[in-house]
Formats: sequence, structure tokens, C-alpha cells
Amino acid sequence: MLDTLIAVFDWVKSQYLIWTLLKIVVIVLPLITAVAFYTYFERKVIGAMQIRIGPNRVGPLGLLQPFADVFKLLLKEIIQPTNANRFLFVLAPVIALAPALAAWAVVPFNDFLVLADVDAGLIYVLALTSLSVYGIIIAGWASNSKYAFLGSIRSAAQSVSYEIAMGFALVGVLILGGSLNLREIVLAQRGGIFDWFWLPLLPLFVIYMVSGLAETNRAPFDVAEGESEIVAGFHVEYSGAAFAVFFLAEYANMILISGLTTIMFAGGWLSPFEGVPVLGDTFLGEGSIVWFLAKTVVFMFMFLWYRATFPRYRYDQIMRLGWKVFIPITLVWVMLAALMSVFGLVVKGS
Amino acid sequence: MMKRVIEYLRSLMLLELMAGLGVTMRYFFRPKFTINYPEEKTPKSPRFRGLHALRRYPNGEERCIACKLCEAVCPALAIKIDSSRREDGSRRTTAYEIDLFKCIYCGFCEESCPVDSIVLTGFLEYHFESPEEKILDKQKLLAIGDRFESQIAEKRKQDAAYR
Repeated sequence: MLDTLIAVFDWVKSQYLIWTLLKIVVIVLPLITAVAFYTYFERKVIGAMQIRIGPNRVGPLGLLQPFADVFKLLLKEIIQPTNANRFLFVLAPVIALAPALAAWAVVPFNDFLVLADVDAGLIYVLALTSLSVYGIIIAGWASNSKYAFLGSIRSAAQSVSYEIAMGFALVGVLILGGSLNLREIVLAQRGGIFDWFWLPLLPLFVIYMVSGLAETNRAPFDVAEGESEIVAGFHVEYSGAAFAVFFLAEYANMILISGLTTIMFAGGWLSPFEGVPVLGDTFLGEGSIVWFLAKTVVFMFMFLWYRATFPRYRYDQIMRLGWKVFIPITLVWVMLAALMSVFGLVVKGS
Repeated sequence: MMKRVIEYLRSLMLLELMAGLGVTMRYFFRPKFTINYPEEKTPKSPRFRGLHALRRYPNGEERCIACKLCEAVCPALAIKIDSSRREDGSRRTTAYEIDLFKCIYCGFCEESCPVDSIVLTGFLEYHFESPEEKILDKQKLLAIGDRFESQIAEKRKQDAAYR
């Protein structure tokens, strides 16, 4: 019995396509589940910050609420506006979602758990995170609706502005990490919480997080949706399953940005207590996937925390912040990071 | 000039944003105001004016004597009363109807009643599923009175000192 199982396992492992597909399923399924419960988490957290208790009716503690929402959306009709470009209208949510899932291919969960350990991982991630904005732009254009179009114009302008700051923030990481491979970037941060890149790159860390908010169109940068001005922005005309996919894409993007922040600035799977003598050999002192997930959840919580706290930026303020504040600061700090690296203030993997 | 530079550097420290985040984090741990409605309910005054009821004396005799004061005082003209002499010679209502769509729950009927017959109970969770059910006739009102008699009596006792 056991022998046949092992034989089947070996055969599956030898079939490259099946093995890779299995690995993809193992990453994507938990991710989709995480997205579902992230919506629940968001409603609970924001509820608590507004002194409410949030959903608690469907299932124990309301834990089945996301599934109720999903089934409601799936059962609803998908309405296509007159004169909408049918092909692009259906394609847009898929384009929004696909990069958010595809980027996980290069994310290292721990030292060896990574789907594709590619050398140019950072470039790949940067390319894919900026790709998802096309979904929004196409959605706005294909809807044949002025509100949707305004939303996608705003989203496009915002993404262009913040993409640059985000890219420069990653250049800082690149200089200190000395590699484009995400696994090696994490390994370059070895040695406890104060050796992670958030400390030498503090302004870049903050800017990366804020740009991440802007990239995912989350509050306080949610002018692309702008309920109070342009109804729901790019997805006014979407309903049912297509809307659900947009929803999925937004939350998947947030989780992705949280995961990337963890890798770039917060030491990935490394333990914050590394090198502390008391904990040195225990589970707490060693890096593991648990640490990666825990840090990602902390950053995911911060997304919700910001939404509960900050009012929406005015459009000209967003542009001013992006071009006149973030880009100069990142430029200066990239120079400083280079100096730190040259003069050995930050030693890689110490 | 110097002031503007200091102002700029201060804004880079994100102090206001941190203060705002602090506020939401404080509220995050506050006890919540939410009442889980069907399981928990807010306290209700004994003077609460809910669904109407007609009361009986402890011996089972209905209190209403068809004086029609409530019909006269009703500002919304929601009450309709017909009366006649019963076999034993007492004056009683033959019909006593309240239109719940017209009623504004002001409680004047209750106050005008000389025999404490028409009362507003504390019961507020009622519904009906067809328009004709908006008329509460005498049987229904008496049934409501029978159902909530202990509650009504308790309410009256608590409020007796102020009447």
C-alpha cells in the first residue's frame, strides 16, 4: 500500500507539468481562502474600531459570512451595459486578478518553499504588480459609462505616479540586498529584527507601504472607487460574479503587497529573535513559514487600520504627495543607501 | 523661512497620522456598544407605548363600558366603537376596532379611559402579512390583553405613583 503510494508520488513528481500544477494549486487555494477571510477580518476590525462588533450571524462568530457573500454574488445576474465592449468587459476582472495571483510564483515562503526561484524575482514582481492596473483601466473603458471611465482615468494617473516611488523604494532594497532574487534579499537581512531592511531604509519602507496602498486603490487613496464622487468608479457597471472577481483581485493585491513588504523590509521568514541567546535554539529563534505568515498578517492588519483611520485624499493632494514628496525622498535615500552599502554601515547577511 | 522648514520636517514625521492611528487603536479595544438584538434587548420604560390591548377584570368580565371617550379623544380617528345593551342590561361594545395604520401611538386613549380598559402594552415586535390585518377587532384586542395581562399589571404598578 505504502509502496504504491510512494511510486505514485514519484511518478507525479517526475511529470513536470502535473507537479507544477499541483504546486500552483497548493499556493492558490490557501490564497483564495485567505482572501475570503480577509474580507471577514476587515469587517470585524473596522467594526471594532467603530465600536461595533461586525458580522456575527452566519456561522460561529460570523465566520461563514464570506461564503454567504460569495454565494450571493455568484447567484446574481451579470448585467452588460448597452454598447459595452463585451469581450473586454469580461476580460477586465480576469486581468485584474491574474497578476495578483501570478506574482506569488516567486515569493519565498521559507528557505526552500518557493514555486520559482528565479534570479530576477524583484523585476518580475514589480512588473506584475503594475500590470493589475490594466484590469481597472480596461474595465472603465469597456463599461461605456462616464463614472467608470473617470474612475479608471484616476486609477491610471495614480498608478503612474506611485509606481515610480515604489520602484525607487525597491532600488534601495536592491542596493542593500545585492540581489534581485527575493530569497537572497531575505537572506541578506539575517540577524534579528534590527538587521532587517526596515531600519536602514525606514523612509523607503514607509513610502513602499503608502505606495502599496495607492497601487491597490485602498483608502485613503481610493479615488478610483470614490463612492462619494463617482459612485463606485471603475466597477459601477459590474455585478454578480464579475464584481466578485474584482473584489477578489483587490484583496489578493493587498495580501500580495503585505507579503512583499514582509520580504523586502521585514525579513521574510526570518525570526525577529534571531541571535537572542535565550531563544536561540527554540522554535521562536528559528526562521520558518510561521514567521512569514505572521508578519504578513500584521501588514494586512495595517491596511485595514489605515482604512478605519484616514479620510480620502483629495485628487491634487495625491498627485502632490506622489511627485513632490515621495519621489525626491526616495531619490535621496537611494543615494544614502548606496553610501551605507559602500562604507559598510549595513553589512549584508550579518 | 526657518519656520517653514521646521513645519516641513514635522510633517515628514507623520505625527498627526500616528495620533490618528492611536485613536483608532484605542477604540479597537473599547467595549462595544452593539446589542445583539433578538438575544439582548435594551431596557424599556414602563410607560412605553406599544401594541394596544383591551383588559378584563380578574373575574373575566371585560372592562370596557363603551363610554367612547377614547374614540372622541383619538387625534388620528383610529378607533371605531359600536355599542348596545347586553342581555343583563349593562352597556357594552359590540364592535371595538383600532386601525393600526392610522394610530400614532400617542396614548391619549389609555389616559382618557375611566376604567383602565384600553391600554398600550410594552409589546413592539408585531407584524402582519396582509393589509386587512391592520384592523385590530375586539376579539384580537382582548386576546392581546389576556396574553400580556401580567406585564400590563406590572407596568401599571410601577407607574402608579405618578398617575
